[in-house]
Order: sequence, then C-alpha cells, then structure tokens
Amino acid sequence: MNCEECHEREASLHFTKIINGEKTEFHICEHCAKEKGEFLPGSNSFSIHQLLSGLLHGDGHVPNTPSSNFIPPSLTCEKCGMSYYQFAKIGRFGCENCYKAFDSKLNPIFKRVHGGNTLHAGKIPLRAGSSIQEKKQLQQLKQALQQYILNEEFEKAAETRDVIREIEHRLQQGRDT
Amino acid sequence: MSLERFISDAISPWMKREGPESDIVLSSRVRLARNIHQYVFPIAADKESAHEVISAISTCMVEDNEEAEKLEMLMMEELKPVQKRVLVEKHLISPNLAEQAKYGAVLMNADESVSIMVNEEDHIRIQCLAPGFQLEEVLHRANEIDDSIEKNVDYAFDEKRGYLTSCPTNVGTGLRASVMMHLPALVLSKKMSRIIPAINQLGLAVRGIYGEGTEAQGNIFQISNQMTLGKSEEDIMEDLAGVVMQVIQQERAARKQLQDGLKLQLEDKLFRSLGTLENCRIIQSKEAAKCLSDVRLGIDLEILPGISKTILNELMILTQPGFLQQYAGEVLTPEERDIRRATLIRERIKLENR
Repeated sequence: MNCEECHEREASLHFTKIINGEKTEFHICEHCAKEKGEFLPGSNSFSIHQLLSGLLHGDGHVPNTPSSNFIPPSLTCEKCGMSYYQFAKIGRFGCENCYKAFDSKLNPIFKRVHGGNTLHAGKIPLRAGSSIQEKKQLQQLKQALQQYILNEEFEKAAETRDVIREIEHRLQQGRDT
Repeated sequence: MSLERFISDAISPWMKREGPESDIVLSSRVRLARNIHQYVFPIAADKESAHEVISAISTCMVEDNEEAEKLEMLMMEELKPVQKRVLVEKHLISPNLAEQAKYGAVLMNADESVSIMVNEEDHIRIQCLAPGFQLEEVLHRANEIDDSIEKNVDYAFDEKRGYLTSCPTNVGTGLRASVMMHLPALVLSKKMSRIIPAINQLGLAVRGIYGEGTEAQGNIFQISNQMTLGKSEEDIMEDLAGVVMQVIQQERAARKQLQDGLKLQLEDKLFRSLGTLENCRIIQSKEAAKCLSDVRLGIDLEILPGISKTILNELMILTQPGFLQQYAGEVLTPEERDIRRATLIRERIKLENR
C-alpha cells in the first residue's frame, strides 16, 4: 500500500480513527510522518499524545461552538487545577485526582485505547491493597460457596462459609478503625 | 582511551551475556509505570514536589535498602547533553527524560539491567532488561523492585482503574513489555509489511529501535503490548510472547528460504556489506545499520565466519551520535560523525580479525 501523502513510498504507519461510529483510516510512510515534525529519536510528530488528543477531540482541536458533547468549563480537577480541556489537548492527567474529576468522561476513552476494557484486572499493591485483595478473595469464595451448595458438597461449603465470615469480620473491623 | 577499553565501558554488562533465541531476539524489556499517592504527576509538579519524589525514592532504594543491590543515582540536571544522549542510546533512559523532564533522575544497577527513571512522565518507571527472549524473567525482576519500593511508599492506585498513570495509555497495569528483534529475512522477502498490520490487529505495536516514532534501523524492530488495562500482567506477557514466538518461526523460515533459493545472491549481498564496513571512510548511520544487519545475518547463518555475534548489538549503539561524540571527546558535525563512524567500524572489525 502506498503512502497517502507522497504516493511514492510504502506506507508503514497505519492509523484508524473512529469518531461517533465513523471509521477513518489513513496510511503514511515514516518519511512523511517525520516531515510533519522535527525528528529526534522517540519524539517525532506522531507521538502517542497527539494521536490520543485526536481521539479525544475528533480533530484534535477544542470546539469553539457548543455541541452535543460540550464540556462545561467547571469540569476541572481541584487538586492540580487541570481542566478537562487541557487534559483532552495534551492527553495526560495532572494527578491521581483527575481520574475522579473526569470519571464521567473516561470510560469511552479507556474503551478506545484498551480494546474495550475499562476495569483493572492485574496486580494490586501489597500494602495499600490488602482490603482490595480481600474483597476480591471474598467474591471468589462466594462463587465457590454457591458451586459447593449446587454440588451438595456441604462439608466444603461449611468450611468456605467460615472463611467468608472471618474475612467479612476483618473488613468490618478495618472500616470501624 | 583504547577502542577495546571504550567498548567495554560503553556496552552495558548485561548485553555481553547470551540469551535464549539470540539469533533473532536481541533483548527483552519490561517497564512498570507507577506514581506516588498524594503527589501531583511530573507534568504538573513544581521543583519542590519533584524533589520530594526523588528523595522519597532515593531514600527507599539507595539509603534504606540493604536487601536490594546497589543502585547509582544520576540527576538529569547535572549531566551534559552528550552524557544524556549516551544513556538514551543505551536504552537506559527515554528521550523524554533526557530532553523534556525538568527534574528527572535515574537509578541504575551495576550491570545496567535495571534502571528506574524518576519524574519522567510518571514519578517512577521501573525498567528491566535482559539479553535474548526472557520476558518472564524481566517481569519477575521488575515485580520484585516494584514490591520493594511499595514497602516504603503508597502508590496512586484505584480499585477500578488500577495503577494511575499520567497517560491514559498506561493506566491499569502500567506494564509495557517489549522485545527487540532482528528480522532481516522478513524485510528482504518483503513479508514484514504484511506482518506489521497483522501484529497491530492483535493489539501489539511494532516500532523502530528507539521506540515510539522511530524507524526500524538495521532491520531491528521492537514489538510491545499496547493495552495495559483489563488484562492481568501474565496474560499481557503471554499474548506478547505467543506473537514473538510466531515471528521468530517466520523469520527462521524466511532465512531458510533465502539460503535454499538465493544462496549465491545472499552471500554476495552479505560479503559486500562486510566489505563496506571493512573499507569505508565515510558512512551515514542508515547505511551502517543496513550493513551491520547484513553482517549479523551472515554470522547467524554461518556464512561469515570468525566474527563474534555481539558485534551488531555493540556497533548499533557505538555508531549512534552520542557515543561517537563521547569517543571523540568533542561535539561533532553530522559530516564529522560520518567519518568517525567509518573509522570506529573499521577499527572494531580489525579487532575481530586479530
């Protein structure tokens, strides 16, 4: 496939933009991609942030006219002062609180970037995450309990129920302190 | 300084070891992005807050950490541009930390297989490197360092979103795993242009030797995961490793095909490239990379005898602008670099032929 900019070289960069369900694909060569910005290793014009900004805005620019997806200026992070506009422009959060401040806007972004996923399914920090780990363990144990009851394995069900109670008690104590 | 001494100082000790599948996979790398709870991300940080982050990490990784191996810390503001460039060319820091980060630092271990960038795009970026195809090992190592930091600092973490990062493309696991592969036969047989979109469709990225936005010099490609959210670290690694394994098999098959069908043409090409490297007086980095790739293929296919395999990895790095200037001990114009590059390559090959 030839580059859509110079129509000479082989296209080696392929981008797909999906905005409101409308899919646009463009294919360009490394050379034309570099021509669009100063070339230094790892810092050319097609950075992930610019691509991301394009994803957030459709055309990479903040709309001047209010539209259906108009963002009120009040959507600003209290902790670092970053507005949603700024975030959309640079494609980066200013602090952990931005995730809370812009939460209502984030699912579609994460879905686009992470193949439809919005929820974490990986490692949990050991120290800070002990209660999260226990909540996850609790969910798994409750599912196991249902299975034991269905299979009429009542001895295992009783053991699992005791473990569940123990964890619930620990979590309750944690909340009370 | 003698060339031998310069090379031994310049090449990271971990690179001198041989790893699995090293005829195709040059190295494996894992990076974990982490931020510290309560501190704004580097993009929004002032000097004071950035220095607090550096001191928190250096306290737990350098001063109070007896169980961990010794790490050396370098502050970006204390380094000359050429020193930073050399660290980038060695893949120990990112171009972003060298050029953009206001209050950046890096901690490295003795064999340079571990580097922890501080105040890059995120507060902490743990990076582990290993020769050949060793994704599981590097992830294990990165996890150990991650746990050891987390004993002393609270991370910015959310039950729903995982590890919170400055860029939405890293949220969740914060994990970017990549392998550096030498794929000359797939390029030569024009198969690479079909393979890249196929790899992209599987949610993986294919890039050049120095990461995002760089071209594949010397037929070296970096394959990495794109998604960091919604999958466990193990699943991300498994998906990447599966694709890498397939690419390895495809490259081997393409090499065999070339040897079976075009042996003489292949030999001609590889010997000519060796001739260029042995005799050039002026050489640009692109041509040097192409010839080095050919020579490396010649070594792997046992067509070019008597040259050590590490030559490509070494010279790919040594012929970069930063290293050439460090070797010369002065700032060089691009034209001067082309002359120095040619001299360095000729001398390095002479060492081989002794």
